[in-house]
Amino acid sequence: MSHNIPDRVKRRVEDILSRYPRREAALLPVLSALQEERGFLSHSDEEWAADTLGIPPAKVREVVTFYSLFRRKPAGRHHLQVCTNVSCALNGADGLLSHLRKKLGIAEGETSADGRFSLSSVECLGHCDEAPCLMVNDEHYGRLDRRALDELLEKLE
Amino acid sequence: MNREDELFLTRDFGLDHLHRLETYVSRGGYRAAAKALKTMTPDAVLEEVKAANLRGRGGAGFPAGIKWGFVPRGTDALRYLCVNADEGEPGTFKDRFLMSHNPHLLLEGAILASYAVGIRTAYVYIRGEYESIARRLETAVSEARASGWLGDHIAGTGFGLEVFVHRGAGAYICGEETALLESLEGKRGHPRLKPPFPASIGLFRCPTVINNVETLCHIPGIIRHGAEAFLKRGLPRDGGTRIFSVSGAVARPGCYELPTGSSLRELIYERAGGVRDGRKLKAVIPGGLSAPMLTENEIDVRMDGDSLVEAGSMLGSGAVIVIDDETPMTLVLEKITKFYAHESCGQCTPCRVGTAWMARIAARLRAGRRRNGDVDTLHRLASGIKGRTLCPMGDAAALPVLALVAKFRDELERSS
Repeated sequence: MSHNIPDRVKRRVEDILSRYPRREAALLPVLSALQEERGFLSHSDEEWAADTLGIPPAKVREVVTFYSLFRRKPAGRHHLQVCTNVSCALNGADGLLSHLRKKLGIAEGETSADGRFSLSSVECLGHCDEAPCLMVNDEHYGRLDRRALDELLEKLE
Repeated sequence: MNREDELFLTRDFGLDHLHRLETYVSRGGYRAAAKALKTMTPDAVLEEVKAANLRGRGGAGFPAGIKWGFVPRGTDALRYLCVNADEGEPGTFKDRFLMSHNPHLLLEGAILASYAVGIRTAYVYIRGEYESIARRLETAVSEARASGWLGDHIAGTGFGLEVFVHRGAGAYICGEETALLESLEGKRGHPRLKPPFPASIGLFRCPTVINNVETLCHIPGIIRHGAEAFLKRGLPRDGGTRIFSVSGAVARPGCYELPTGSSLRELIYERAGGVRDGRKLKAVIPGGLSAPMLTENEIDVRMDGDSLVEAGSMLGSGAVIVIDDETPMTLVLEKITKFYAHESCGQCTPCRVGTAWMARIAARLRAGRRRNGDVDTLHRLASGIKGRTLCPMGDAAALPVLALVAKFRDELERSS
């Protein structure tokens, strides 16, 4: 079966594998590298990871479904992950989240029809000094209010 | 500047480019590693850290030197260091602060710990959400390797160490040390039954030391200036400084480094600027979300492990979350319970079922749909989780709920 894994990913995986005495220990970083390529982990990605690391596909699925940063379906180009834990909630996180729901017309776990935005509420992101905060893909943004958030959305094509 | 000031981890954090090796070295960086590798035996390093009684800064507060001492000695058997950079306890952001400003300080701490214990491979397990910090660490590792501070023959000696940065993928439980090991082995983060402790059977079944970022950052100072100087800061048996992450309803949220045993009230009012917008203080979570909250009349307490236990709470990760008098406790309860329900790994029934059940009740209270007996049920569930799980997460989920119910029962009972 053809997995369509680009050579640059294969080279990266080789480098990752060299850091561990056991191949299966590389599973999390390998899955991250695969997800970076396509934005989510396909069934075929999971099979390729299982083959490459010499572990059963079920073990890969077990891990993919355990960690919240792994996705099994495509997300929008900009994945908005709003922290709703206590420090952010004390600084208006719930209001920001409902503002985003209304403005984008989607609920948590959904993607806008044009594929531009996905929305999630997440647990503490470790940026409580900048509460309320959110992550767009891998980037952190903090000290947000509705206006700052609107301005940020404008910039995200 | 007097000598002791060098024991403050954040001493040079105002400098530009401290994260670059050149700047770090110009401020005395890697001198402790050079001193230890060239003039001290591994045992002497271990004894110095033991004498400093450096208590772990990750949450449990266990002395680092004693932990290192548990690793079997006198063999050549493979052993590992895992740096716990999976900072996930809500309210905590001090390790992010340390690693982004001064990644080489952490690497120097890792070199010293590895030298003391006879370790040649270290993994930094960093939470997946800290992507830019992971890149900064990778850069620091490359710089250190290029300058001979990592790799074979460090500082021209026979000692060598490789450091690898390993990113997690979003799971609070992986901050628990045995879950971290499982995760690093490529599995779900399910905590292991202890014993055996990681010092005898850890990563890849080898003896393993697991230390928090802030803990390791203290080691270079202890080696350079000695245990005695370290103990002069802070308390006699709980020395050095702590970096407190202060957030919530305060005027100036941020990281504040103070001697261990400093006053919580001073930390909030003098450092963090007091409660925001002229509001009053209602409650404080003093040691990360898992720590039982204190009320206004309970905050004249010293910020050290023993004092907070005496006050009925814990120092945990040193994360202080301030709650103002306009915040309903049902909101806080809802957020606390939702967090643990989301993060329970599912291995132990009391935690898996209990946290989800507590979250459903809390959501009802928050929505004003309280049923008779809900608050009692919350109390019963939390009591049923406490002490009945494999790892400390059961207690972490139960204790804040028990404290909230005990201290704010009237308010919860009025919610409808």
